[in-house]
Amino acid sequence: MTIALQKFDELRLEHVRREFGSLNALKDVTLTVKRGEFIALLGPSGCGKSTTLNCIAGLLPVTGGAIWLDKRRIDTLRPEERGFGMVFQSYALFPHLTVKQNVGFGLKMRGVSKAEISRKVDDALALVRLSGQAQKLPGQLSGGQQQRVAIARAIVIEPPLVLMDEPLSNLDAKLRLEMRAEIRRIHNTLGATTIYVTHDQDEALSLADRIVVLKDGIIRQVGTPNDLYERPEHIDVADFMGFRNRIKGKVIRQTNDEATLAVGDSEITGLLRTSVQNGSEAYAAIRADDLITGDPGMNAFAARIDTIEYRGREFVGTARTMDGIDLVFRSDHAVDLGATIHLRAAPERVLVFSETM
Amino acid sequence: MTMTVSAEKHHVESGPSLRQRLAAQGFDAVTLLVIPSFVLLALLFIYPFAYGLVLSFEPKAGSAWSNYVRFFTDPYFYSTIWKTLLLSVPVTVLNLVFSLPVAFRVRLLYRQRLLTTILVIPITLGTVLIAEGLLNYLGPQGWFNRALLAIGLIDHPLRLVHNYWGVFASLVINGFPFTFLLVLSYVTGIDPALEQAAATLGASARQRFTHVYLPILMPGLAITFCLSFVQAFSVFPSAVLLGEPAGETRVMSIAAYQAAFEEYDYSLASAIAMIMGFVQLAIVIGMMASRGLFYRGPATGAKG
Repeated sequence: MTIALQKFDELRLEHVRREFGSLNALKDVTLTVKRGEFIALLGPSGCGKSTTLNCIAGLLPVTGGAIWLDKRRIDTLRPEERGFGMVFQSYALFPHLTVKQNVGFGLKMRGVSKAEISRKVDDALALVRLSGQAQKLPGQLSGGQQQRVAIARAIVIEPPLVLMDEPLSNLDAKLRLEMRAEIRRIHNTLGATTIYVTHDQDEALSLADRIVVLKDGIIRQVGTPNDLYERPEHIDVADFMGFRNRIKGKVIRQTNDEATLAVGDSEITGLLRTSVQNGSEAYAAIRADDLITGDPGMNAFAARIDTIEYRGREFVGTARTMDGIDLVFRSDHAVDLGATIHLRAAPERVLVFSETM
Repeated sequence: MTMTVSAEKHHVESGPSLRQRLAAQGFDAVTLLVIPSFVLLALLFIYPFAYGLVLSFEPKAGSAWSNYVRFFTDPYFYSTIWKTLLLSVPVTVLNLVFSLPVAFRVRLLYRQRLLTTILVIPITLGTVLIAEGLLNYLGPQGWFNRALLAIGLIDHPLRLVHNYWGVFASLVINGFPFTFLLVLSYVTGIDPALEQAAATLGASARQRFTHVYLPILMPGLAITFCLSFVQAFSVFPSAVLLGEPAGETRVMSIAAYQAAFEEYDYSLASAIAMIMGFVQLAIVIGMMASRGLFYRGPATGAKG
């Protein structure tokens, strides 16, 4: 293996802003990425995750703040001076160059000798398991193969940092799972530092060491996949982590770590995730997996079933409560459309968030 | 019941109808709509071309080839090929070179249509109006010379009309919008992510142009060259109005015009027109052949 990525200690984004019109703006993003980390930037479209990546790559100028690579300020450098490897959503392979020429492009631009280019390109293609395709044009490759070429092209220049902008979104579901494992394998083999943009929480949870959740140009939460999954700190983060039920109610009482909301004629009790005021509006968030059919009583809603889907081991359905709230629930046995059932969630599986933060 | 079964069986044996089979090959009722244009093309292009070709071999005197022999032995005639190429090739190259940077800039503009409209106006004006305008503007008493005199750059007016440069200027003005629009369409067809990828890989702006944009644009530029060249090669009005039709801008079309309407030798005129056509064809074929040396696939990053 001749590919040895450049060493650095940390990449720091300090109060980075990007205001241009009103779209895709970044408002004060501060983040430190340590060498060897796999960071996922996660958020809905328009949240600023791609903008953040483009600011790091130098493809978009920042309008405030600074980006540092150790002691070197890089936000003032042109993209070609930063030397980061980037994988684009559309792959952006040069259509007129062969696979080998595509991968060798960055080395050629740096004036590396032909023998050296050839050796490194062969290594990079071996790493992405594409050695037999070196003489083909990108148009002759499948989507997954093109993705591998794009990754090889980004790592062969031995960048300190690898940036990936939704690299799997153009692949079909099966290939996506396969490439996901490949990307993590390559990251581990090279000891790379990767910043990965995605809107798919499964991808972020399975790939990343740390996840950065963005919404409206602001970082909502940074944490390990387990942190985010189990302990979201914001209703938007919970939303992204599979808490598909978001029930609005009024806080009627609270203890140290629990609060009870009044929702219509029902009450729901859950763990407090943010501080709330008695009498104010708040959200109770519940995963579909944790809302199951049961008996009436505490934390239970009577609801009429609207849809029901068979998922192999279980059923997932939607139901509407008497107060007009739509809920997504799980059931381990078949239930009838239009039937009225009771849906309940254990208080420790319900999270309570304040309305705004 | 039995009848239905036998009817179905019969249908399966006969297979799809003739109409269905023709449609599968791309022949259906819509195909018939090409007939009017085909007839028109035959009447207005193929027949006159064939007629001219035959006519060129029926000279007033001498053998069948005597028109061609006369053309290629008399410098008064054969020099027109060189004179026409000397005008049309530099003008075409210049227009291409001008168009590229403008197209690269316009590609990024929000008000692309406004600028494009302004640039296209010369096409709608027509060659004669532009020629008349240039006669006044570039003439000895025109603004251009008077301005240069006033700021002291020259002592006496430059001779810019009724010579090579007058025709040259007019061809540039007429040809630029056409060349520009074609180049613009090729430039905007390239995925901007390709340039971004090249930049992150360490390519400077100059390297991005020579290693990414230019190779991908080359086939398009070759086609643009051919179309612009053919337009400039058949120059007539501006060569007469702005040039020196008896001297250095005696282009092939003038020679053909004189043969037909001053000497009333239609046969010779047809021969000149044929030679004109073959010179154009030679340049275009040469250009298209060189195109084969370049990449010719899609200008985006393949599928996906």
